[in-house]
Amino acid sequence: MKRHLLSAADLDLPDALLILDTAAELAAVADRPVKKLPTLRGRTVVNLFFEDSTRTRISFEAAAKRLSADVINFAAKGSSVSKGESLKDTALTLEAMGADAVVIRHSASGAPHRLATSGWIRGSVVNAGDGTHEHPTQALLDAFTMRRHLAGGVGDLAGLDVVIVGDVLHSRVARSNVLLLRTLGAKVTLIAPPTLLPVGVELWPCSVSYDLDSSLPTADVVMMLRVQRERMSAAYFPSAREYSRRYGLDVNRMKLLQPHTIVMHPGPMNRGMEIAAEVADSPRSVIVEQVTNGVSVRMAVLYLLLGGSELSDGSNGVPVSEGRPL
Amino acid sequence: MSFVLRNVRPLGGAEVDIRISAGRISAIELSGTIATDGAIEVLGAGMVLLPGLVDLHTHLREPGREDAETVETGTRAAALGGFTAVHAMANTDPVADTAGVVEQVWRLGRASGWCDVRPVGAVTLGLAGSQLAELGAMADSPAAVRVFSDDGKCVWDAVIMRRALEYVKAFDGVIAQHAQEPRLTEGAQMNEGAMSALLGLTGWPAVAEEAIIARDVLLTEHVRSRLHVCHVSTAGSVEIIRWAKSRGIDVTAEVTPHHLLLTDDLVATYDPRYKVNPPLRTAADVEALRDGLADGTIDAVATDHAPHPIEDKDCEWADASPGMLGLEDALAVVNTTMVESGRLDWAGVAARMSVAPAGIGRLSEHGRPIAVGEPANLVIFDPSASYVVDPNAGASRSRNNPYAGRELTGRVRATFLHGDPTVLDGELVARSNV
Repeated sequence: MKRHLLSAADLDLPDALLILDTAAELAAVADRPVKKLPTLRGRTVVNLFFEDSTRTRISFEAAAKRLSADVINFAAKGSSVSKGESLKDTALTLEAMGADAVVIRHSASGAPHRLATSGWIRGSVVNAGDGTHEHPTQALLDAFTMRRHLAGGVGDLAGLDVVIVGDVLHSRVARSNVLLLRTLGAKVTLIAPPTLLPVGVELWPCSVSYDLDSSLPTADVVMMLRVQRERMSAAYFPSAREYSRRYGLDVNRMKLLQPHTIVMHPGPMNRGMEIAAEVADSPRSVIVEQVTNGVSVRMAVLYLLLGGSELSDGSNGVPVSEGRPL
Repeated sequence: MSFVLRNVRPLGGAEVDIRISAGRISAIELSGTIATDGAIEVLGAGMVLLPGLVDLHTHLREPGREDAETVETGTRAAALGGFTAVHAMANTDPVADTAGVVEQVWRLGRASGWCDVRPVGAVTLGLAGSQLAELGAMADSPAAVRVFSDDGKCVWDAVIMRRALEYVKAFDGVIAQHAQEPRLTEGAQMNEGAMSALLGLTGWPAVAEEAIIARDVLLTEHVRSRLHVCHVSTAGSVEIIRWAKSRGIDVTAEVTPHHLLLTDDLVATYDPRYKVNPPLRTAADVEALRDGLADGTIDAVATDHAPHPIEDKDCEWADASPGMLGLEDALAVVNTTMVESGRLDWAGVAARMSVAPAGIGRLSEHGRPIAVGEPANLVIFDPSASYVVDPNAGASRSRNNPYAGRELTGRVRATFLHGDPTVLDGELVARSNV
């Protein structure tokens, strides 16, 4: 594995499978009475959040704590433009405190990349969502969830038909999912109004459609993306109602799905907008389970980035010996 | 003081000796035939002699941002790059929108003495795009402004643009437009295309430049005025300008060295050194720009030298200031991209980097032929010397050099300004007497 996790494109197939397999092993810890492993004792993980995201921060915090790492939450309100401290000075401060890993959420695309490549810090950088760029651990937890439901919990996702619907243009979740799902062998179709697809999307390793209904009957996974109502004011679509009629997953559309098809959403949901409450709460919905899996996947990422090097000696990279978490 | 340039090749032609005295070229003879006669000898060793370069687009940052650049440091960089005249852009603080400010910049240029400084006047008050600045007062001032630009901002209002184009006809002025449709580029961070989609950065579409150029050439035709298009960056813009010229519209255009060499895949580093406005485009755009420069659709190379202090680049991409240095490496970039590829000969380089920009800016002492009696504004260039760009080696006060670490070919060996050397052996010459 590379030293940082900045993009889903950083992961080749063996890396991606290693993370998913490790996450599966670590998931068992959550079922124990004592949900804690000593693996990262004495290591420091900093959650550096320049953007509010309680659910992602808590997920990383729980993951680090279950591995016995020391966790520092650093909520840096605003960025250097709003006259806070600059990213560089924040990074130098964290470095001086001895951070082994920095989990960063930032509104600027590429901020984790800057943190990792500018020589400001020595620790590993984990991208927890940067602007409209990527959110690789979200893609990993999505893949983990799909694998559990549709691939027997092992191996890759070859042949799986995944439909991702919504505001692709502004979605870091969509970008990371397209990249990771391609690596894992799934077939991805992006569905959105033309205004919410980036110029250049035709070069992505996936298909693109403006029509939701025709893609649903063959889908194994339907992933709905959050659509912010304020996109309306920038004329991306005429009204929330029209968006919902054309691209929302409601009860009628749910009837088009195959029996085994699962419905996913990275959250937070706009119930009644991109997804109807009946769908979100239906047995097909794995949305709550995605949250649970998020902790396991993030445990695996932190474990492999921080401890993986001393464990992989002389082996195929799979955790072995006394460092083995189980 | 007199100088004899030995074994230089004017516009890449046959080797000659050239005598410079009293600020002018006083003799051009076969190599070895001019007596030294007390003059200082400069050994050309078969290097290329060009008329001193003229930059239509330089940000000297003074007054207001002396932490980024001053007239003194910026013109030192210009001299090292072979420039004998630069046009200082108006987006200073205060904005160069009055006779007072342009006169100040002009006087600072005279005091520094490294090259002639021609201030550009703002088109509108405060670059705000709503009310014309006193263009006539700036034209009549000792700075004798002929080029007007809101560079950094587009004169987006069609009526204001029309009036400006009409008004400057009274004093032979030209409007230099920064073509950027503002609504199409709100929050824009990089060229819109495959890379912006991948990197999640808001796109700056080519059409936002092309739509303004199309509008402006038609306005220029309608009011029979003179338009100059700043830093053309897209293949479509080249097409529109080619069409406009074929209709006889009085439009000229410039391209920057960085748009001739660099492409938007560099943005994948998220290194703000590569952030610039207009943004780096695709390889197909670079090809079209090189073609346009070669066939004369694009009249001039202009640097858009835009210094920024370290902290304005040492940050997230979205927070960084757009702009790149250009003066010191411009001729090497043109050599590397245009001459070595056979698209331009040295006469062509002289035309695009000296004659045409001097003509657009209405400079009488620059862009002149290399002939007896002409002003001795000259540059000696070694087209074979390659070097790796070191951003810390420059004379500019700033370090945001997009070519850092890159190998370029060709170095300025000497620059003469009105008969006196500003650069000899590639080094600045102390100029206590100016």
